[in-house]
This record gives sequence, structure tokens and C-alpha cells, in this order.
Amino acid sequence: MGVDVVGLTAWQCRELLSSGQVSAQELTRAYLDRIAAVDGDVKSYLLVDEKGAMAAAAAVDAKPISQRKPWEGVPIGLKDIFAVKGMETTCGSKILKGYIPPYDATIIAKLRDAGLIFLGKLNMDEFAMGSSTENSAFETTRNPWDLDRVPGGSSGGSAACVAASEAPWTLGTDTGGSIRQPASLCGVVGLKPTYGAVSRYGLVAFASSLDQIGPLTRDTRDAAALLDIVAGKDPLDSTSLGLTEPAGTPSRSALEGLRFGVIKEFIGDAIEPGVKEVFDSAVDAISALGAVCEEVSLPGVVRGLAAYYIIAPSEASANLARFDGVRYGHRTAHAEDLYEMYTRTRSEGFGTEVKRRIMIGTYALSAGYYDAYYAQAQRTRTLIINDFARAFEDFDYLISPTSPTVAFKIGERVADPLAMYLSDLCTIPVNLAALPGISIPAGFSAGMPVGLQLIGPHFSEKGLLDASHALEQHLQVPTVPLMKGGER
Amino acid sequence: MTTGAETWEAVIGLEIHVQLSTRTKMFCGCELSFGDPPNTHVCPICLGHPGVLPVTNEKAIEYATRIALALDCHIAPRTIFHRKNYFYPDLPKAYQISQYDLPLGLAGHLDVEMEDGSMFRVGITRVHMEEDAGKLVHAGGIAGRIAGADYSLVDFNRGGTPLVEIVTEPDITTPDQARAFLTQLRSLVQQLGVSDVNMEEGSLRCDANVSVRHPGEPFGTKTELKNMNSFRFLHRGLEAEIERQIDTIEFGGRVVQETIHFDPATGKVSSLRSKEEAHDYRYFPEPDLPPVELDAEYVDKVRASLPELPAARKERLVDQHGLTGKEAALLAANKSLGDYFETLAGATGDARTSVNWVLGDLSAYLNVSGHEVADCPVQPAALAELLALLKDGTLSGKMAKEVFEAMCETRKPAADIVAEKGLGQISDTSALEAIVARVVEANPGPAEEFRQGRDKVLGFFVGQIMKETKGQANPGLVNELLRKHLQKG
Repeated sequence: MGVDVVGLTAWQCRELLSSGQVSAQELTRAYLDRIAAVDGDVKSYLLVDEKGAMAAAAAVDAKPISQRKPWEGVPIGLKDIFAVKGMETTCGSKILKGYIPPYDATIIAKLRDAGLIFLGKLNMDEFAMGSSTENSAFETTRNPWDLDRVPGGSSGGSAACVAASEAPWTLGTDTGGSIRQPASLCGVVGLKPTYGAVSRYGLVAFASSLDQIGPLTRDTRDAAALLDIVAGKDPLDSTSLGLTEPAGTPSRSALEGLRFGVIKEFIGDAIEPGVKEVFDSAVDAISALGAVCEEVSLPGVVRGLAAYYIIAPSEASANLARFDGVRYGHRTAHAEDLYEMYTRTRSEGFGTEVKRRIMIGTYALSAGYYDAYYAQAQRTRTLIINDFARAFEDFDYLISPTSPTVAFKIGERVADPLAMYLSDLCTIPVNLAALPGISIPAGFSAGMPVGLQLIGPHFSEKGLLDASHALEQHLQVPTVPLMKGGER
Repeated sequence: MTTGAETWEAVIGLEIHVQLSTRTKMFCGCELSFGDPPNTHVCPICLGHPGVLPVTNEKAIEYATRIALALDCHIAPRTIFHRKNYFYPDLPKAYQISQYDLPLGLAGHLDVEMEDGSMFRVGITRVHMEEDAGKLVHAGGIAGRIAGADYSLVDFNRGGTPLVEIVTEPDITTPDQARAFLTQLRSLVQQLGVSDVNMEEGSLRCDANVSVRHPGEPFGTKTELKNMNSFRFLHRGLEAEIERQIDTIEFGGRVVQETIHFDPATGKVSSLRSKEEAHDYRYFPEPDLPPVELDAEYVDKVRASLPELPAARKERLVDQHGLTGKEAALLAANKSLGDYFETLAGATGDARTSVNWVLGDLSAYLNVSGHEVADCPVQPAALAELLALLKDGTLSGKMAKEVFEAMCETRKPAADIVAEKGLGQISDTSALEAIVARVVEANPGPAEEFRQGRDKVLGFFVGQIMKETKGQANPGLVNELLRKHLQKG
């Protein structure tokens, strides 16, 4: 029998499977059919592994239900930034076109172990640099709520995929907002865990001290479940620590006894009025659920964007240096000598935004400029960390709009990198301070989703998800867009 | 050094790279290898695949700490890795994980003894950890150069091998001193058991920063001298470069800061590339690795695990065994030979004889045969048996040498060889007395001469008796018995 996957959560998939109402193959086929039906419009997938997914589903069906692991047979979509053994991994870049990793990322090994079915690889801004997927070398993903608009980025493919029901849940990465901003723009839940909660081994590095892997889901219960599957200390990642307690299954329904701080710096003029309106009603909702909501000033965070655009490009300039045409990926067809080979390979392989950031980072680390840029940015980062630490002495959680605007039109900001960078104004400081942050759907402005960002202290994921769940239950924001032509 | 009317002095600082003999690489689990087929000890991590992360080898930290402690360095309680950025095909990540402003060890020194027994101290600026690059092979073009090559091949087996870099202060003034320093450093590191320190195989590498000046004047412009892959080449390279710099200045030129390449084939030095525009490596802290925190307890533990270091051992050998300074220095510089000596001296209870044999016949044999002490066919217990036969008079000194040679060849115990060759000295008084009596009787003339006071005739009789006994008579006993018989007669 066919199964309607539109709007399904991963928990619902799990229940359909464990009750025997659908087989893993039926469920996987239904998602593949959904992808076939809508991805021509949405363009969230770069690669659909139909054969691999169906084979994996068949293997699940071969096992008696009683012997399966809890999530066995539930499909998932993956941002094309994770190394999956044997599956092309491009990071949205021409320079990695055709690159097949010889190994699995740690999270991929964990997903395999949990029995999840990999539907395919999802579009992204090249090397996760961007806020719209327009920097992908291959295609621009569309926002399922309005196909003329961007889905956000860099994990735009992952967010649009969930919104369009092309997978029950997906994984993305967040360096400065790359999970939360697209989640906000596509009306889904996006969680960036505490730095170190999830192993980065096998995540193609953009900015190593900021990158974190996290779930994009239809609701907070799915986000908690997927976080618990992928989190953990990993001997292959010396910066990983795991969670101090599992997120479990969020069930909180009230917020009594909690104090929420509204970050003053993020509710000013930069926030468009429609977004501010939704945000204000979310604040009212939090109060209605019994929590205290007060403004709090974090003066350092206004420098977050500036510090980020030194630190992230600096680390990226080193991380992306390995793409040199020597061992894998693109190599120029003709070069007279070594340096011409390097220059041509990289000029041909990288897109404009990636080149821009490599140059910024190279400059910032250069002798004579290091102290003025990189060292100064690190000092700023410390100020921001201290600001958050102080705020958490008074508040359990901090809130802000996730993105200053709703999804913008495709092409609108392509020529204006600074306007594009502003998309991550409210999310970047959270990465700089290594904190967990979540975006949940809070409402709509002119028909486009608006996200609310909740930020917690280090390793407060369980509490953060619990509080988000209470709010989610109260707000009951629709998460299934009416797609083109009236079909869901 | 004097040329023409002017007196010159060289100022030399060394940069030494030591490949650590850990089981696995610095940041991944690949085993270390030497001489295996190319690219057979590689993994996604040491090949720099997208997404991989380094994990620091704890054994390498321990080994590096041993080296730093042995050089009397201050161990940083918190040390961090940096990325050193540059593009080259043998460097897969296009950055080397190294250390920069917070190295593991700082401000140490090594006291070096010259052949004439004089001592000098070389300051150690820093000791830090890093990873090795792969190896390039260029086809066509100029040997060893990538420019102009038809194609180049990379072998990443060596890539990621743990290295310790030791940087000295510019305290060295002659090629002899440089060689003596490196020799002693090599022996020190060897005794720590942390590296093969083999220059030919590249597990010990040495570059030199060289400048010349008139004594008392400020430092001149330095050059970086590379590619001296033996102790001899280090010496020759330094000589050639010092001479080149002096010539340059005396002929009115100036020394340019650059990298100088030593060519072992010609013994000449030549400019490699201009360093006037120093390479900008854009060092920054490695975000993938947390700081390495070495608390006092850890450092004490490593310190306690260090073997006795050469300087201390030398002193002890003099005090405890009454060796001369030179003997003690030789044994202290070679750990296995020193261990051999101490085992032997313990077994024989005779340090003097033991040291004579170890530095004499044993060392000579090792030199000629090319054996290491460890695989010498005559181990201390066996040699002690031989020396016991020497001591109790069974063997003469000459015979003992002969037996030692046979032991080396056959690996048989001394007693067996003595028996097989029928070598044992005749020390049996009654047996010898009969021979002595016979010989004296057979030579009445010389016997008479002796009795008239011509002592020299004794030699004639000894010779005759040795001839009769095929040299096996105990010479001391023969003398004693002869005198008795001749005087009596």
C-alpha cells in the first residue's frame, strides 16, 4: 500500500514501521516517489541514492520487527558535507565533483549503526559558505513556501527537504547559523548543538572551531531523537565531548520557573517589522506559559559578525588548502609547472564566495596583520563568551529572532555579500561562544515562516529542547507548506 | 680561522630533526615504516582527505618530553600545536601541524666534549613536536628538483611520522664543534630509546644556520645550509659554506640571506632559492587539537623513567670503576657498549681487564665485523669465562686473543675452544719440571753460561721449552722452574 509521507515526522515513521503498518521498503519508496514528484521544483537533493536506499530498506524488512533497533528503517537526508564511504561527496563545489570518500564520517557510522536509510545528499552553499544555497556550484534550492525565494543556507537543501517532506528529517552543519537560519526560513526545527557534542570527524571542515553538526526536523521531539543518535565523544575528534545527558523525548508543556532573556541587541532596527511582530507574540507566548521574559544586554554580540568574518575565513583558508589537485578532486587539464597547476586548479574549482573568504583569511593570518585581525578577533570572541556567561547567571535561556528577515528572493543578495552576511547576525555569536542554539517555527510574516532562536548554556540541550517543545505545543505553527499547484 | 690578514670566526646554530620511533604516526594510526612499497602505510587522515581530523599520539609526546628533559629544557605546562601553511605536493593538508610560540621544551643545554677532552656548552633554544612530510620522486629534469621534471611521484608512507625539532643557540664556532655536538646529541637520543637517529636513513637530519664575523663584532648575515645527510657531510658542508662566506666578503661582496644546498657528490655548496622575502607560513593555533597539558606529576614520571644520561654515566664510570676520563667518555657515549662493560666488569670483578678488552679487542672486532653490540657473537658472560681462564693462568694473553677470535667465529664457549685446540697453558709443575730437566740436560753449554752469571741465556731456555710445549707452557712457571734447575745443576 502507498503511504502519504507529507508532513510525517520521524517518530511517526518509526511508529508506522514498528506497528507493521508499512514496510521499510514501502516507506523508502514513498519518499523516493515524493522526491521524484517535487524535487524538480525544490532542488534540495544533489544526489538521490535510490538503489542504495532500497537495498538498505530491503535488508531492514528481512529482519523481524522485534529484532530491529528503534529507528531502523527510518529514512534520512544528508547535507553533502559528510563523508559517506562510496557515495559522492562534493560539498557543493566543483573542486570535489566526482570525489568518492574512502571512509565514513563518525555520524554516518552512527546512523548506519542505528539502521537509518540514506536517501541521498542535499544541496548546500559551496563549502558551507553562504546563507541561501546560491553559492552551490550545482543548483539553487528553492524555498518550499515560495519557490521564488531562497531556503536559507548553507544547509538550505537540508531545511527545504524537510519542509517539502522529501525526508522526515535531515542532518546539516552550522558554523555561523547554517542550520538555524535555513530552518527559520523554511519553517522547520533546526538545532545547533554545543560545540563538541557531536563528532566532526568526516565533516568537511569550513571553520574547525565553529563547525557543529545538528538535526533539521519537523518538530522538537525528532530533533532530540536525532541528536541522541549522533551525539557522543569520539576518539577520532579530539575536540568532541558528547552530551552530559541525553536529550531524551521532550514532553514539557509549561515553562514555569524559567527565566528567558530577550537579547536587546537583536531586536533593534536590523530586524524587519514582520519578523519583530512574530517574535513579540512568541515572547507573549513564553510569558503565557508561566516563564519570566526580560530584556538583557550583551554588548559584545554586535561585534560577532566582524569577529566571525575574520576567524572563520582564517580557519577556512587553511582547511581548504588541501584542495590542490594533487590527490583527489578537480585538477586543471593543463599546466606548465607546479604553481600553475595549483593556481588553475583552484581558480577553476572554487566559486566566488569561497575565493573571497580564502583571500580574507589568508590576509588576516599574514605576517604583520595577524595581531590586528586574527588575534583581535579572538579577543572579541572572548568578550562575547564572557557576555553570554554573565547573561546565563541571570537567565536559563536567551531568545532572539533567528534571522532578521524572512526568506528573500533568489538573486536579491547575490551581488551584496554584506547584506548576505547580515542574515546570520543573530546566530553567529552563538557559534563563537560554542553554545547550543535552536530555531523553532514561531509564525509567519506575509506567508513566509519566521523562526525563534532559543540559546542555552553549554550542554543544556535537554532543557533547551524541553522548553522549545512546550513553546512548540503552545504555538502550533503549521509546518507543511502548500506547494505549487495546490498539491501538498 | 685566519685568511690573509684577517681573523674570522664562524657562528653556527643547528636545527636538528629527529624522527621518533613510535609504533604509529603523529596524528593517525598508520604504522611507521622505512623502505616499504610506496603508499602502503597511509589512511584518509595522513592523506589529508576532506573531513579528517588529527589525534595526537601520546607516545610521541612522551618521547619528545624525554628528549627535552635530557637536554635540560624547561617543559611547558601547557603547549599547543600550530598550523604552518604552505603548498607542496608532499604536504597533503597544505599545512604542517607543528609548534610555534608555545613549544614543548625551552631553554636547555648540552655539554659537549671535544676529542682533546675540552668541554663546551651549546644552548638549546627550543624542542618542539611536528609531523613529517611525504617523499617526492621527480622523473626527468634536474635530479632532485621539481622544476623541469617530466612528472613527479609522491610517497606518503613517511607523511605524518612524528618529528622532534631541536634548535640550538648560535653557540657553535667550528665544523669540528658542530660534528662533536651532533655526535653527542645522537648518542644521547639513542640512549633515550626514542629514535633510530640514523642520518643515512633520514631519521636524524641536520640543517645549519651559518654566518661569519670578526671576533667581537655583531653577527653577520646568516644562510641556511641544508642537505648534509652524514656527519662527514655536515663537517664538509660547514667548511665549504664558511669558506664561501669569507671569500665573498673578502672579495668585496656581501652574504645574502638564503638557503644553501650542499652537494655531497661535489662537496660544493650552492644557492637554492632566495630567502630575502621570507616565506610567510601564516601560523595560527591548530583548532582541531586541544592544548597539551603536561602537569608536574607527568613530567616527574617521564624524568624518573629516563635512563642514566651520558654525562652522569661518565662520572660514575670514573668514580665506581676507576676508569680514565677518556675510557669513561667512550663507554658513556655508546650505551650498549657501556652496558656491555658494566655487565662484564660485574662478572669478572676486574674493571681494568674488562675495560681493556671492551675498548680493545671487542671494539676492534665490532669495527671490523660491522656488528652492533647487541648481535656480537661474544656476549659479556662468554667473555667473562674467557677472562677467567686468562686470570687463572690457563691461557696466556696471546692465547686469549686467539681464543676470542675463535669464539667470535664459532660462538662456542671459551673452554670448548681451548679443549678443541688443545690450547690450555701447561701450568702443571710436575709435567713442566720433566721438560725443564730434559732441556737443561740437553744443553749443558748454555746451562754452564747461566751459572757463570749470564742471565740472558735464560731466554734461550724459555724459547726451547716453548718450542717443546708448542707455546702452551705457562711462562711464569717456566721461568721459576728454570732458575731452580739451573742453579741446582
